[in-house]
Amino acid sequence: MAVTAVTDAFVEFDRVQKSYDGETLVVKDLNLTIAKGEFLTMLGSSGSGKTTCLMMLAGFETATSGDIRLAGRPINQVPPHKRGIGMVFQNYALFPHMTVGENLSFPLEVRGLARAEREVKIARALDMVQMGAFISRRPSQLSGGQQQRIALARALVFDPALVLMDEPLGALDKQLREHMQFEIKHLHESLGITVVYVTHDQGEALTMSDRIAVFNDGRIQQLAPPSDLYERPGNSFVASFIGENNRLQGTIKELSGDKALVRLSTGELIDATAVNVKEKGARTLVSIRPERVEFKPEMMPPGAHTLDAEVVEVIYMGDILRTVLKVAGSDDFVMKMRNTLGQTRLAPGQKIKVGWHPQDARALDP
Amino acid sequence: MADTAPIAAAPLTTADGRPLAEALVAAQARSRRRAFLLVVPLLLFMILSFILPIGQMLHRSIYHDGFSSNAPGVSAWFAANPQGTEPDEAAFAALVEDLRTMQANRTAGEAGTRINYVLPESRSLFTKAAREAKDLQPPYREALLALDPKWGDPVLWEAMRASASPYTFDFYIVATDFERAGDGSIVRVTENRQIYVYLFIKTFLLSGLITLICLVIGFPVAHLLATLPMAKANLLMILVLLPFWTSLLVRTTSWMALLQGEGVINDLLVWIGAISQEGRLRMINNQTGTIIVMTHILLPFMILPLYSVMRVIPPSYARAARSLGATSWTTFRRIYLPQTLPGIGAGALLVFILAVGYYITPALVGGADGQLISNLIDFHMDKSNWSLAAALSAMLLVGVLVLYWLYDRLIGIDNLKLG
Repeated sequence: MAVTAVTDAFVEFDRVQKSYDGETLVVKDLNLTIAKGEFLTMLGSSGSGKTTCLMMLAGFETATSGDIRLAGRPINQVPPHKRGIGMVFQNYALFPHMTVGENLSFPLEVRGLARAEREVKIARALDMVQMGAFISRRPSQLSGGQQQRIALARALVFDPALVLMDEPLGALDKQLREHMQFEIKHLHESLGITVVYVTHDQGEALTMSDRIAVFNDGRIQQLAPPSDLYERPGNSFVASFIGENNRLQGTIKELSGDKALVRLSTGELIDATAVNVKEKGARTLVSIRPERVEFKPEMMPPGAHTLDAEVVEVIYMGDILRTVLKVAGSDDFVMKMRNTLGQTRLAPGQKIKVGWHPQDARALDP
Repeated sequence: MADTAPIAAAPLTTADGRPLAEALVAAQARSRRRAFLLVVPLLLFMILSFILPIGQMLHRSIYHDGFSSNAPGVSAWFAANPQGTEPDEAAFAALVEDLRTMQANRTAGEAGTRINYVLPESRSLFTKAAREAKDLQPPYREALLALDPKWGDPVLWEAMRASASPYTFDFYIVATDFERAGDGSIVRVTENRQIYVYLFIKTFLLSGLITLICLVIGFPVAHLLATLPMAKANLLMILVLLPFWTSLLVRTTSWMALLQGEGVINDLLVWIGAISQEGRLRMINNQTGTIIVMTHILLPFMILPLYSVMRVIPPSYARAARSLGATSWTTFRRIYLPQTLPGIGAGALLVFILAVGYYITPALVGGADGQLISNLIDFHMDKSNWSLAAALSAMLLVGVLVLYWLYDRLIGIDNLKLG
């Protein structure tokens, strides 16, 4: 993932490392290029280094080594208030002693804008988040979702080219969170701003992003668009971190190009797509998404290997039937069946055969 | 169901027909009684140790029966004759009769002391006259004037008239540097005797200065306390609280050792050549000493409320302000400082009120010009002039209450955060 010549690179992390205590690295050799207008999400669990990266970009933390460039200009030595980056904080950080209008006016006042110009921009930003009627309220008089909108408006009111968001929807309930995801996405599209978004919620990341950088242990594990990340995880960490997946242990029996024949630890043979396994005989972990598992022969590609399965449990979840199977020695193999009209109802103890398209079975590092 | 629908205006009742409000009161009565019983000890303590003494003090400041109870005859004459009446023979006869009673009851000193409060050097007049009273012959006016011509002084008679009633504002008149003239009007005392108003102003100004110094020194310390990691903050907190754990006398004595002419600081300054041997600074037994030592003693009262406010201000506010383009100074001035106002208000009010009534430190290190109004109150208590001490204290109390009210009007008392 070395920095290649991306012509429209807007934000660049170049071999960035960060240590807080001089003993351990929180961010290890980060290289990342973000294009102008892109919506990039840093996804990871807490302690993965994603927030540290955001703080380095915002200027609240300094990189221990390496360069961070914004529009081609190194910004390691630029103090946060001169970076011109909008930021939305996890707890909104709306100034409690100011009204909504004063909160929005603050970044414009410190930039020395005239009163008339300020009022125009404030009105425009508030309209953008449909909060125009709340200009004279105090933050404490607003609900969580309203505060979130104001925080968003405040980060956008001074027309920054880059906006950072640090788990901005973490404190909202599920319904509101999903609604705000779309609003942020639409704002991003209509304003053409670049957004760097930090979250630990994979659903949020998949919904909103152009590209997702999955962080773990101070490194980017995979940087890819949402569909690639979900359907073609690059390693077993990403496969298990994003979405649900079934994992089968085995060894590579045959390998030609990206086609691999895997012998499972229980002896069965399956077809898989080789992702990051290098040689024959290597141990591997085959990952299959539950919704890609089929049990009707007509749905499987011709010649596909099938495995014997025994139904352990069928959980009715409304839109899907979540079926737990005993397959190849594992008794928590999950198959998701759409709850369509006339869908076969399986009963516990029933013996079936399951299979999948070799593209959906990905042979990863163990 | 339609005919059983309740009429909208009818008061709500419980299921068994009692009025709802009544039932609610009854249901809560038991827990109310228990809650009240819990606070009874504190309430009694407050009444006994706070409200009663203050009430008694306020009463004493307007009540003194030293003269009125011991001189009933002349008091009756004052009641019968309006102000401005020249004292006639009847008045002098009543006075001599009272003096004889005083001599018999040995209360001439008590009555004289009361007059003495408003007219200095009057006490001996009474004790002397009481001793001679039984030998005096009519006409009593001439007899008394022969004893001492001061008995004809209209100022004295005006003082006696004012003392003839046990309830009086004389002590407040004295406490504000006024006195009664011979014609009963109230005039300012001569300039060389004006001390109380000057001392009140000085006390309030010095307290204000000490509050300001405490704020300037305490603010960064409180900020440090609120932002340092736990272990270091705890150590710093111990240092801040250390003055609380040491005896006031020990602290004051160590300041003496530090600040005196031959003290550590002067020695150090001479040694590094900042001042000459002759130019040693006078930093104790004067106003400077009072300011330095009181600032030290009152500093924790500023730091603790500030700390409690600063601790809960999330650092994300400062970060947000910085990311919005504010310099660190603007961030401090417009974002951080306004949020610490409740702490500043609480600390300043606490320090100021404590400073206004501070007694021991000015007494120990204040010297001649570092004395505050409380030292004067103490002086009058020593001289058993309880009423004047009470009047001065009452004025101090009113001053503090006025400031409290002003604070409430300007900042709002609900904006106060003491911890």
